[in-house]
Amino acid sequence: MALLEIKNLHVSVDGKQILNGLDLVVENGQVAAIMGPNGSGKSTLAHVLAGKADYEVTQGQVLFDGEDLLALAPDERAAKGVFLAFQYPLEIPGVATMTFLRTALNAQRKKRGQEELSAPDFNRRVFDAAGKLGIERDMLRRGVNVGFSGGEKKRNEVLQMALLEPRLCVLDETDSGLDIDALKVVSEGVNRLRAPNRAFVVITHYQRLLDHIVPDVVHVLSRGRIARTGGKELAHELEAQGYAQYQEAVAS
Amino acid sequence: MPAVQETVDQVRRIDVDQYKYGFETIIESDKAPKGLNDDTVRFISAKKNEPQWMLDWRLDAYRRWQTMREPNWAKVHYPPIDYQDLYYYSAPKKKDGPKSLDEIDPEILETYRKLGIPLRETEALLGIQRPAGEAADGGENGESGESGYGRRVAVDAVFDSVSVATTFKEELAKVGVLFMPISEALQKHPDLVKQYLGTVVPVTDNFFATLNAAVFSDGSFVYVPPGVRCPMELSTYFRINERNTGQFERTLIIADKGSYVSYLEGCTAPSRDENQLHAAVVELIALDDAEIKYSTIQNWYPGDKNGKGGVYNFVTKRGDCRGARSKISWTQLETGSAITWKYPSCILRGDDSRGEFYSIAISNGHQQVDSGTKMIHLGKNTISRIISKGISAGQSQNTYRGLVSAHRKAKGARNFTNCDSLLIGDKCGAHTVPYIEAKNASAVIEHEATTSKISEATLFYCRQRGLSAEEAVALVVNGFVKDVLQTLPMEFAVEAQKLISVSLEGSVG
Repeated sequence: MALLEIKNLHVSVDGKQILNGLDLVVENGQVAAIMGPNGSGKSTLAHVLAGKADYEVTQGQVLFDGEDLLALAPDERAAKGVFLAFQYPLEIPGVATMTFLRTALNAQRKKRGQEELSAPDFNRRVFDAAGKLGIERDMLRRGVNVGFSGGEKKRNEVLQMALLEPRLCVLDETDSGLDIDALKVVSEGVNRLRAPNRAFVVITHYQRLLDHIVPDVVHVLSRGRIARTGGKELAHELEAQGYAQYQEAVAS
Repeated sequence: MPAVQETVDQVRRIDVDQYKYGFETIIESDKAPKGLNDDTVRFISAKKNEPQWMLDWRLDAYRRWQTMREPNWAKVHYPPIDYQDLYYYSAPKKKDGPKSLDEIDPEILETYRKLGIPLRETEALLGIQRPAGEAADGGENGESGESGYGRRVAVDAVFDSVSVATTFKEELAKVGVLFMPISEALQKHPDLVKQYLGTVVPVTDNFFATLNAAVFSDGSFVYVPPGVRCPMELSTYFRINERNTGQFERTLIIADKGSYVSYLEGCTAPSRDENQLHAAVVELIALDDAEIKYSTIQNWYPGDKNGKGGVYNFVTKRGDCRGARSKISWTQLETGSAITWKYPSCILRGDDSRGEFYSIAISNGHQQVDSGTKMIHLGKNTISRIISKGISAGQSQNTYRGLVSAHRKAKGARNFTNCDSLLIGDKCGAHTVPYIEAKNASAVIEHEATTSKISEATLFYCRQRGLSAEEAVALVVNGFVKDVLQTLPMEFAVEAQKLISVSLEGSVG
């Protein structure tokens, strides 16, 4: 069974149709890139998978491990293993990153009927994961994302991903606002997490991220549905030719 | 969307059991007849076996009160209070006054258990000795208690109107600290009471304070002798338990030269239909080089989801930094009451004295909060600091009202004020009303204020990481109030954090 199966998904926001009969299958262990022009519905897809309010599903189905994902609240989806790396991670003043991580991990464990982690065990996991991403301990004591640079925020997203051990990671334009060095660190962090029982949906406008996180499959999203599917070479083709043909093809 | 349905269910569940402390303890009580007149005042005074001067003081206050009018400048609305339709005195029935804790009504002890009063305090209440090592810090005044968790708490429990249990009294007596119900202090130390009572909040101060002066039932009295650092936190729990009984506590704390005391007050009350009037007066006096830290957690019944019932809390709290280099610090966490009218203030009389006000005021449902502080700079080089965090949710109204005043002789006075308001939802209101007066050119007064709304995006971010809607709100709010939470004594900080979560239940969705 596929880990994620999206069938004929129609989604509208404020009465405007964004996703328009989207079909997508992501297998366990797969890294699927979703590319597409601005306004094609890439971020909408990410948010609908995570359960953001204001997105109205008018038709279709999303199965996660065979279960109806749309019936679950955002935090329940998180506990089942759906993780969204935000394009613009939010700041939470006064809440130390460490506290946030512990609260999140324990909330998920509680929902899964697991014991809370002991403090030493938790600290060891965080410091271990943070070390690999070059995140200083001082950063863990600061408010969540408060005063972080763009690169630090994205690294913090990957840190959370590493700690929460999700089964499906959705990366929403993770490359935006990153210089090449930060892009490398973040990509390496993501690559370390690739595993047979974990899938990635990598949403990006540009091919450059896919040089670092090499996808198994590339889908082109256009006008709210998958217009084309191919291998990693498709990304290079798009880079060379642009998205114009997809916009025109659907518009005509 | 399914998420919406889930939220609806959650909110519904909470409504049923929103106020988990809403129970009532059935104890026979000894009441004054309903209504207020000279005889009521005499009845209360006679019950307490008070000296003549005290009765005269009360009667004088009562006469003045009859000429006063209820203040109406605060941003709170409530139906007129019928002062003749209230009981002004209610005491749990007792034999000859408890000689030991064994004589405390088990129902009262059960009430404390239900309130979830921490084990530490319950032990204190039960008179159980702390394990060796922790118990060793009680002796001489010294650096004891700095470790936080090892500190002990002495509890003077006020159940309705009479203090029913006082612990650690002997140990406090060893260092000369007097900590007892004010009614007892009137018997044992009448001169001290007479010297200080009403010197910070005069009998004629305001409508509610004057009413309190006439009919106050009981409260705490603390005197810390010169140079003594009080070896433990002093704690009082107030409960309003008798139907239609106004609560009129009177607390008087005196820190003599060079002394230090930290006092904690925590409150919660049972659920009921009628509104309950509460008009307490707290007076603090700090002499030269003395320091008083006064912390409050207030969690009285806020009324039901339709705004029915709940406590009316009209409190006058004021500290007098009477001596040079003295310091008074107020910290409050206000989560309860239908109406809160409360301005813990500092009179900075002594040169180089210092006043602080740290406040977290949370309003939800139909609660109305009008709270803040007054910092009156009279002495030279006096310093005050105000950090106020207001959180409004539901359909509540939350007002910060503060006065910073530097008088002519207050050369070099300095104030820093920071008022932050956080809104949850779109039916509540946050208001900031700062009054600033500088009567000399050398005063420096700084005021910062922000108002923000808890954002859906932030909540979604938290929920995506696995937090429920309410856990997300609690986390964000705890971050918002962190600066103030840190000023609470360790004993209360964890409890306070939980209380914040409980208070905001049902605020999202």
